Amino acid sequence: MQPTLFSSIHLTVSQLTFHIRKQLENDPTLQDVWVEGEISNLSRPASGHIYFTLKDKNASLKCMMWKQDAARLRVALQDGMAIEAHGRITVYEPQGTYQLAVNIIQPKGEGTLFQEFLRLKAMLEAEGLFDIDRKRPIPELPRKIGIITSGTGAALRDMLNTLRRRLPLAQVILAPSPVQGVDAPPALVKAIQLLNYQLPDVILLARGGGSIEDLWAFNDERVVRAVADSKAPIICGVGHETDFTLCDFAADLRAPTPTAAAELATQTTVDDLQDLLSSHSSRLSFSILSLVAEQKTFVSALRSRLKYVSPERRIQSDYQNLDELSRRAFSALTHRIQLQSNHLNGISKRLLSLNPEGILSRGYAIITRKDNGTVISTVSEAKGEINVRVSDGEFEAIVNRKS
Amino acid sequence: MAKTPKTSKTSEVSIENLTYEEAMAELEGIVESLESEQNPLEDSMKLFERGQALVAYCSALLESAQLKVQKLVGETVSPFEEESE
Repeated sequence: MQPTLFSSIHLTVSQLTFHIRKQLENDPTLQDVWVEGEISNLSRPASGHIYFTLKDKNASLKCMMWKQDAARLRVALQDGMAIEAHGRITVYEPQGTYQLAVNIIQPKGEGTLFQEFLRLKAMLEAEGLFDIDRKRPIPELPRKIGIITSGTGAALRDMLNTLRRRLPLAQVILAPSPVQGVDAPPALVKAIQLLNYQLPDVILLARGGGSIEDLWAFNDERVVRAVADSKAPIICGVGHETDFTLCDFAADLRAPTPTAAAELATQTTVDDLQDLLSSHSSRLSFSILSLVAEQKTFVSALRSRLKYVSPERRIQSDYQNLDELSRRAFSALTHRIQLQSNHLNGISKRLLSLNPEGILSRGYAIITRKDNGTVISTVSEAKGEINVRVSDGEFEAIVNRKS
Repeated sequence: MAKTPKTSKTSEVSIENLTYEEAMAELEGIVESLESEQNPLEDSMKLFERGQALVAYCSALLESAQLKVQKLVGETVSPFEEESE
C-alpha cells in the first residue's frame, strides 16, 4: 500500500517523541505500578544512580533508580534476583526509549507475604495475644533452660556457647525442630508443647538469620498461638536485629538474635554468683567476729564487776590490818626489849661491881686450900699448900709461918 | 528461703544433697540470722560452721559446673552429643 503524501499529520522526531512521552506519562496505570521480574545488566556508576533491566520470559524493561531512592534500598541487588519494583514509566527522549523510574524494590513475594503478615498481626493483636500484661517475667536464675531450634544450625552452637560461658550451672533441654519449610510450623508447635512437659524455667525459641521466606514459620498462626499458650515463659530470638516475626510479639521477651536470647535468659551469670557468694562469705565471717567481740566485751565487763564484789578486796584490806597490827606488835616488842635491855645493863653493871674479880684488880687475892679448894679467910685456916688467885691468874704458895 | 522454726536454723540435710539454689538460700538465711538475731553463742558457732561449709560447697559447684545438655526425643530426655566442628 502506498502511503499518502497528504496524510493529515507530519511531525518531527522530537515532536513525536514528546507526544509519546505525554501519552505514557498521562496514563495513571503507568505512573504508579508494581512490576515483577528478574534483574539483569545491573550497573551502578559513580553517579550513585542504579541502572538495570527487568526481564521475564518474553520481555524486558529498562529501569533506573535515582541516587536518593537507591540509598533507601533494604536489599542488596544482584543480577538474576527476582524482585518487585515500584515506579513510574518515563521516556528518555535522546535515546527514544521508555524506562521505569523505580523508587521501591522488594524481593519477589515479599509484597504478598507482608500483606499476610499485617493481616495476621492485626487479627492476633485484636485478640489480645500480644498484650503487655500477658508477658511473664523471665526468671533471673533459671535452672532448666529449654531450647527450640534446629539441631544442627549455628544458632544452637551460639546459644550453647553463651550459656556455657554465662551459666554453666544450668541444665539445657533441647527440643530440635525444623525451622523452615512446610514441616516447620507443626514441628515447632509440637516442640513447644513437649518441652513444656519438662517444666523448664524458660524456653529459647530461636533461628539464625535468613530471608523473610526462611523466617516465615515464625509468622505461622499455629506457632504464634503455641508461643502465647506456652506455660514456660518464652524468649524469641529469630533472625537478625532488624527481623521481626509474630512470634517475637507473642513471646514474653524478644531478643534480636539467638545469642542475645541466651544472654537475656541468663541475667544472673556465674560471675554474679561468685560475687554474691564472696559477699555472703565475708558477711558470715564478719558477723561471727563481731559476735565473738561482743561476747568478749560482755565477759570482760562481767569480770570487772566480779572483781569489784570479790573477797579479794576484803582480803587485801585484812592484809592491811594485819600489817598494821604486825607493825604495832613489832614496835611494842622492840620497846619492851629496849626496856629489858636497859634494865639488864643496869643489873649487869651492878653485878659487875659485886664480882670478886673486880676486887682482885685492886690488889686483893683469893686464897684457897689446894687440897680441898676451901676459901681461906682466917689465919687459922691457912696451912700447907695454897692457891692464890690474883686479877690475871693463879699461882701456888706454901704457908711457912703464921703470925 | 530458710523460714524454718527458730530451733533448727541449720537444716539437717547433708550438704552434698543440696542443689546450688538450696545451699545458697540456706546460706543467706544463716547470714541474716547471724546478723540480725540473738542466738546463743553455741548455736551461732554451729550456724557459722554450717555457713562456712555451704560457702565451700557452693564455691566448688561454681568452679566445677559444666553445662548439662540433653535432647528431647518424643517425650523422653536423652544426652545430647554436640557435633564437633
